[in-house]
Amino acid sequence: MRLANRGMVDRNAPVTFTFDGVGHSGFEGDTLASALLANGVRLVGRSFKYHRPRGILTAGSEEPNALVTLGSGARQDPNVRATQQELYEGLAAQSQNRWPSLDWDLLALNDLAAPFFGAGFYYKTFMWPKAFWEKLYEPAIRRAAGLGALSGLNNADTYERAFAFCDLLVIGSGPAGLMAALGAARAGADVILAEEDFRMGGRLLAETHEVDGKPGHLWAAGLLDELASMDNVRLMTRTTVTGAYDQGTYGALERVSHHVPRSRAPLECFWRIVAKRAILAAGALERPVAFRNNDRPGIMTASAVRAYANRWGVSPGKAVSVFTNNDDGYRTARDLVAAGVHVAALIDSRHDGPDLPGVHVIKGAQVCDAAGRKGLESITIRTHRGEEKLLTDCLAMSGGWNPTLHLTCHMNGRPAWREDIQGFAPVPGMIPGLQAVGACNGSFSTAACLREGAEAAEDALEALGFKPAALELPQAEDDPFRIAPLWSVEGKGRAWLDFQNDVTVKDVKQAAVENFRSVEHMKRYTTQGMATDQGKNSNVAALAVLADVTGRAIPETGTTTFRPPFVPVSIAAMGAGAQGKGFAPQRFTTSHKASIERGAPMIEAGLWYRPSYFPAPGESNWRQACDREVKMVRETVGICDVSTLGKIDIQGPDAAAFLDFVYTNTFSTLKVGRTRYGLMLREDGFVMDDGTCARLGETHFLMTTTTAAAGEVMRHLEFVHQCLRPELDVVFTSVTEQWAQFAVAGPKSRDLLDALLDKPLNGPDWPFMACGPVTVMGVKARLFRISFSGEHAYELAVPARYGDALFRELLARAGALGGGPYGMEALNVLRIEKGFITHSEIHGRTTAYDVGLGKMVSEKKDCIGKTMSERDGLIDPMRERLVGLKPVGAVKQVIAGAHLFEVDDAPVRENDKGYVTSVCYSPTLGHMLALAFLKNGPERIGERVKMVDHVRKIEALCEVVHPIAFDPEGGRMRD
Amino acid sequence: MRLPCPICGERDRREFYYRGAALALHRPDPDAGDEAWADYVHLRDNPAGVTRDLWYHEGGCSAWIVVTRNTVTHEVLGAELAEGAR
Amino acid sequence: MTELLAKTACDGLLSVTAGPFTLSEEPVAPLTSLMPYKGRDKALSAALEAAHGVKLPGVNRSTSKAGISVLWFGRGQFLLVGAGPDGSLAEHAAVVDQSDAWARVRLEGAGADQVLARLLPVDLRAASFKRGHTLRSPLGHMMASVTRTGVNAFSIAVFRSMAATLVHDLKTAMEGVAARG
Repeated sequence: MRLANRGMVDRNAPVTFTFDGVGHSGFEGDTLASALLANGVRLVGRSFKYHRPRGILTAGSEEPNALVTLGSGARQDPNVRATQQELYEGLAAQSQNRWPSLDWDLLALNDLAAPFFGAGFYYKTFMWPKAFWEKLYEPAIRRAAGLGALSGLNNADTYERAFAFCDLLVIGSGPAGLMAALGAARAGADVILAEEDFRMGGRLLAETHEVDGKPGHLWAAGLLDELASMDNVRLMTRTTVTGAYDQGTYGALERVSHHVPRSRAPLECFWRIVAKRAILAAGALERPVAFRNNDRPGIMTASAVRAYANRWGVSPGKAVSVFTNNDDGYRTARDLVAAGVHVAALIDSRHDGPDLPGVHVIKGAQVCDAAGRKGLESITIRTHRGEEKLLTDCLAMSGGWNPTLHLTCHMNGRPAWREDIQGFAPVPGMIPGLQAVGACNGSFSTAACLREGAEAAEDALEALGFKPAALELPQAEDDPFRIAPLWSVEGKGRAWLDFQNDVTVKDVKQAAVENFRSVEHMKRYTTQGMATDQGKNSNVAALAVLADVTGRAIPETGTTTFRPPFVPVSIAAMGAGAQGKGFAPQRFTTSHKASIERGAPMIEAGLWYRPSYFPAPGESNWRQACDREVKMVRETVGICDVSTLGKIDIQGPDAAAFLDFVYTNTFSTLKVGRTRYGLMLREDGFVMDDGTCARLGETHFLMTTTTAAAGEVMRHLEFVHQCLRPELDVVFTSVTEQWAQFAVAGPKSRDLLDALLDKPLNGPDWPFMACGPVTVMGVKARLFRISFSGEHAYELAVPARYGDALFRELLARAGALGGGPYGMEALNVLRIEKGFITHSEIHGRTTAYDVGLGKMVSEKKDCIGKTMSERDGLIDPMRERLVGLKPVGAVKQVIAGAHLFEVDDAPVRENDKGYVTSVCYSPTLGHMLALAFLKNGPERIGERVKMVDHVRKIEALCEVVHPIAFDPEGGRMRD
Repeated sequence: MRLPCPICGERDRREFYYRGAALALHRPDPDAGDEAWADYVHLRDNPAGVTRDLWYHEGGCSAWIVVTRNTVTHEVLGAELAEGAR
Repeated sequence: MTELLAKTACDGLLSVTAGPFTLSEEPVAPLTSLMPYKGRDKALSAALEAAHGVKLPGVNRSTSKAGISVLWFGRGQFLLVGAGPDGSLAEHAAVVDQSDAWARVRLEGAGADQVLARLLPVDLRAASFKRGHTLRSPLGHMMASVTRTGVNAFSIAVFRSMAATLVHDLKTAMEGVAARG
């Protein structure tokens, strides 16, 4: 019911919307909840477990009942709090957790069976048989008990993340937050004022208090105008600070465009705010009182009823009653009367409450029952004279206020119990640099909020080194807060504590009876506080009931732990920026485009994309292409982009000494203009990486790493230099990206280069492993005579800008010689035929000894990993050591990852003798070929072993062969 | 979590690679014996309280730094360049 | 072919605009990494000034003169932009050509810092990050160098191979900020 001349909605801007398909209208400035109430809709949802009809309980983000689903299809948005959702034209909301309809929900049968469904019911009932839990019970329970559903479709919305920095973060824009922000801003500090609501002002928007002689919301508006005009202030509405983290980092969820029909703007933005200081001015949350059927639609918190009347000009009922244990409840009755709403009665559980002119105040009384299943019709009032019914369609209840101190607990701080407010309040220092002020600090009067806000700003300014600016404290009410505790009303039936998870007073008592007396145990046994509202409405009352039944005081009982996030945050918002291409960078070589043009499928190698193979006309599968490319390299010439290998430029007087320390072998003896293969160990003695290293000058080296380990090797080199050998005068930097580098491999590689380079190569100057400068079409380039294929081969490097052009030129020239490009598949076959290792073999658990390179660990010098690599266990011949395998039985297949056994042994773990790491079909040799690690392998050449793939159920008899299956003398690459 | 890089200033933890105890700075002599090497490579204390550990400012200036912090309070007490921290 | 045709790192990707923001590729310029040997910073700075008219900048700073600039580029590393290195520099520092190693873009438009705030976990407020200030920080997942070149202008560099991702990430951020109006 809309009230005349009340509220801040724009009566000139009507907005139409639907709820469960029924059309309604509201105004700009409404929330979905205020508009539903204005339209007389009281039943908005069904409860989680018992499917009880539920209405709107609150007017904020703590709402446990009024959760709806907005939109449909991929943009379906479940569990939206109607109390927070702003109304917009065409908004379509659906109720949740009911079937077939909200009004007639079949699963409400659960409610009738409630005596069986109490705390621990699931644990006790569905224990046996064990297998039934996963397959039968849990799915059924999950279907019946629940919230809104996800669409199951890919999320079509966009989300953002962002970082912000400030001197002072003020959380909450009520009187305390506004004063704090103004004080700090006037002094020149960078201030972020974050407000969860779409309008700043906090409780001032919902109350009729005057501040500085004018209505509170007008005072707030004036102050906000000043803040908005200042460059050093950032006002963030619709932004909930969700977590407090180390070193002044705060998480905040900004609902960017939930309040408008879908636009191109992101739906939400997740902020990481780094603040030197923070002031928490988050206010307080009113708590319900537990009594029988206190969950009837139409029973709300008193402050919510007042907020709907004052801010939105809506009365949630025609005959409203109030039930309170404190003075604050009287404000609801007072404001309703002023708005012309009939107040049927005010029931004060205290005997000494005040009087209120024009309102029937019943003191020393309690509400003990409520009737009206889908909407409140009457309540039962118990006094010393007995029980009587009162007709009322809305009950405003106030059990006192809980300071919204959640953020202060996010770093393991514990709040303290305060008798005077019957609530927990923060103690200083729970979050370094954060000060709680106003209602969230347990100071409930407007004057106290204003004062504490101003004082906290001064404290923050002092800590930040700013000189405080003039700030006058405005006049405001300073009423004392008077309360007498009342957590639950005695009586039969179910009195609800946790509306969202359907936990009653009886459930908490049952938990205590079954010895779940610790508050943390009670929480988990009853599920109290474990719903999306995280117990904001029920936590203190539940532990008060627990304290009572266990005969302990509340401080002794303690409270459960509040953890981030303060409100639910979607995974999409948390992971914003990482959707689709944002997940990881894509690294493209300069030959990418030309490779794609040739139809090469790309495979990922780390972040890089590399061609798998280059299909030729008539080829129908990758093997045909791969076999052809291998043959091509062995017989003519092949071109392969090898730019992805890490390249590190190393210079300085101590460069050679540095390399001697990081490589197992010696580089100080390497001649200028020569390249050497090097092996690097981790300090624990296992192989880290391998690659070639060229000496470009006396004090100038160029190291290459494998593609996958480039980053790790760079980090390792920096570690060795900065942490272990800072005295060495050596510097290095990655030049991976500067050079586009191509392998030119095969018997005709020399012919190709002689024709391509500006000057033909002089044979004696270019023996195997030579390197040096050349020019290609006038461009300064580097040439290395190195080979990963076992053929006479080179790698030619040009500045990356020429990469695309050079690749195309190389392909054209190779084509004329009967060659062409080759991809990763062929590269892999070529190296397996030659027994060259990759990270399939140096996978972190193999030593230089294991891969047959034990002799590369120089005896003459120390190096990283040397000492540990000499441990007995690491040089035991019975270790699994590198060998080659070829199938010799009926089954001609070898599979990477398969294990090796003696021919006659059962293929069980105890008999395991090794495993296969790399396999290929060798077109050169005409059979499958593998690299494997076999116990005592090198001593078993010529023997037979059994390969067993337990996954694919394949067994193959294999002969152990030398790992270098092709051209073991290496003549082809040396000549 | 934020770490004070002695070069770049205070930065978000995501810019740093974590290595572990600053013990890694004290590499034993090659002939220091098995025990010294096992301690160096494998054994680490797990203090409840002040600890010194190595971080690499990989996303920033590439400095290895030693951070002193408290594992209980999460307080970061200081940081210095590893090259001068031995 | 008689000549190898050069391509820029962002070939075919730029420029793009969204609302007030423009993203374009920086003009091609010689880039040289300078890493002074032990105790040679001062000598390098003097040699730089003599040869190119610019001194070595301090940490998180850049120096520039007549189209030549030097960016602080990390621990013990600087980037000379806009001129090929004079031979005298190699006496004091490792001099490494990086002209082709970086994709360099320019982001301009009122509120450009808000675009970068979507991607960089660093404080770019005008009061603390002024024109000529530079820093190294991960932009999304990419190691980047970011320099403020004007009130609403930044120069950003990441490894060349990641040019497409750089443009994608910046364009997404530009559109997100622009759509807020």
